[in-house]
Amino acid sequence: MKSLKILLAVLLLTVAGAQAQTPDTPPDVLIKSVTNEVLDIIRKDKEIQSGNSQKAIELIDAKVLPHFNFLHMTQLALGRNWRSANAEQRKSLSDEFRTLLVNTYSKALTEYKNQAIEFKPFRMKAGDTEAKVTAQITQPGARPIPLNYYLEKLPQGWEVYDIEVDGISLVVNYRDSFADQVRNGGVDGLIKSLQAKNRVVAAGAKK
Amino acid sequence: MSVSTARRLATLSAIALMAVLQAGCATSGNPRDPIEGFNRAVFAFNDGLDKALIKPVAQGYVAVLPQPARNGVSNFFGNIGDIFIAVNNLLQGKVPEAINDVGRVLVNSSLGVLGFMDVASDLGVEKHEEDFGQTFGWWGVGDGPYVVLPFFGGRTTRDVFGLALDLEADPVGRLANVPERNSLLATRVIDVRSQLFPAEKIVDEAALDRYSYLRDAYLQRRRSLIYDGNPPREKEDDSAAGSADRAVRAEPASAPMVAALTTVAR
Repeated sequence: MKSLKILLAVLLLTVAGAQAQTPDTPPDVLIKSVTNEVLDIIRKDKEIQSGNSQKAIELIDAKVLPHFNFLHMTQLALGRNWRSANAEQRKSLSDEFRTLLVNTYSKALTEYKNQAIEFKPFRMKAGDTEAKVTAQITQPGARPIPLNYYLEKLPQGWEVYDIEVDGISLVVNYRDSFADQVRNGGVDGLIKSLQAKNRVVAAGAKK
Repeated sequence: MSVSTARRLATLSAIALMAVLQAGCATSGNPRDPIEGFNRAVFAFNDGLDKALIKPVAQGYVAVLPQPARNGVSNFFGNIGDIFIAVNNLLQGKVPEAINDVGRVLVNSSLGVLGFMDVASDLGVEKHEEDFGQTFGWWGVGDGPYVVLPFFGGRTTRDVFGLALDLEADPVGRLANVPERNSLLATRVIDVRSQLFPAEKIVDEAALDRYSYLRDAYLQRRRSLIYDGNPPREKEDDSAAGSADRAVRAEPASAPMVAALTTVAR
């Protein structure tokens, strides 16, 4: 009888896992469900469609951010300068970079029209700790735009550490300008520039 | 601006670039952008021209023409573009893709009413993006230094030469009727500009420095296009800051292809 109960509990958990994401949710399933959920919300939300960035930011905060590894993203964007940053600077850098990426991403969502996202077949070997989920954005009259998600396996589940749109990595694209900033004003100079940029964007969003 | 002027401008810019390079006025630490000071000046000029003229006209165009009509205009120019996309696919040995492109032109020019409707895409015949710069890249020509051309914007040196050929081949530029040709060229500029509005807003939101953000996005995108959307992932962290390794990165074309080409040339 007891073993039956345990079996039932396990079954329930597995069913629940199909809806909510667990550490065992495969990367492609995770990306697909998050993407579809977010797109469904945007398609229905007139405010986001008419350019309400604040609302888009809230949506991203709730649905998307938990699946992103901002520390890794910041490290990628910093390149070798990451090593010269101390723990406190790393924290500030990743906080500010996170805000910048969220602002950008939410702006992109308010520009969403009727594009569809098609996922390509996903391949992964058992035991892989890195994965690439490939998709394309299709829109009438234009060539499909490739969209790639790069994920890594962490104890808490798969997390995204880079996104490439049309071959442009949203993270790597900052490398040279970050390097310039560090060369001119050190790591603190870069933190200040990021803070200044985020303040300007925040002021613009309130208008 | 007429096409011959455009062509002359492209050539002049290429010559100016050579002169600047030979003068050796390396102004930045970025090996991919050795003439950054010069480039930033031209970038500012282009930006000014855009703000004063091109952007306002494109805004008016968007305000006056409804989306379906604008799509028709984009499709019309896209259809003309497909002709040389086919040629470039052929030059890269991608025969099935070239056949696909020719099929698109045939279907869209007829069923799509002179190209105003993209029937082919609806039928699942995908649009491609190819040009002579990509063809050169596919055959193994390296990027070369980044250069910002007046009017045309940023290009790798390879793509400056690609652009010269693209302009030479452009069916619109070859129209005999000059007023017709010029209004088509102007409409195409406005069509392209009007499609950039969403991306422009995102870039303004994203970039710490618009110049380097756009430059690096362009360089990443061209690399991806040359590899047809599947470039090998670049090395992480260590290579980063100077990106010196990327400047000398091997190009995608297979070595045998290059060998064959040089043999033929001899």
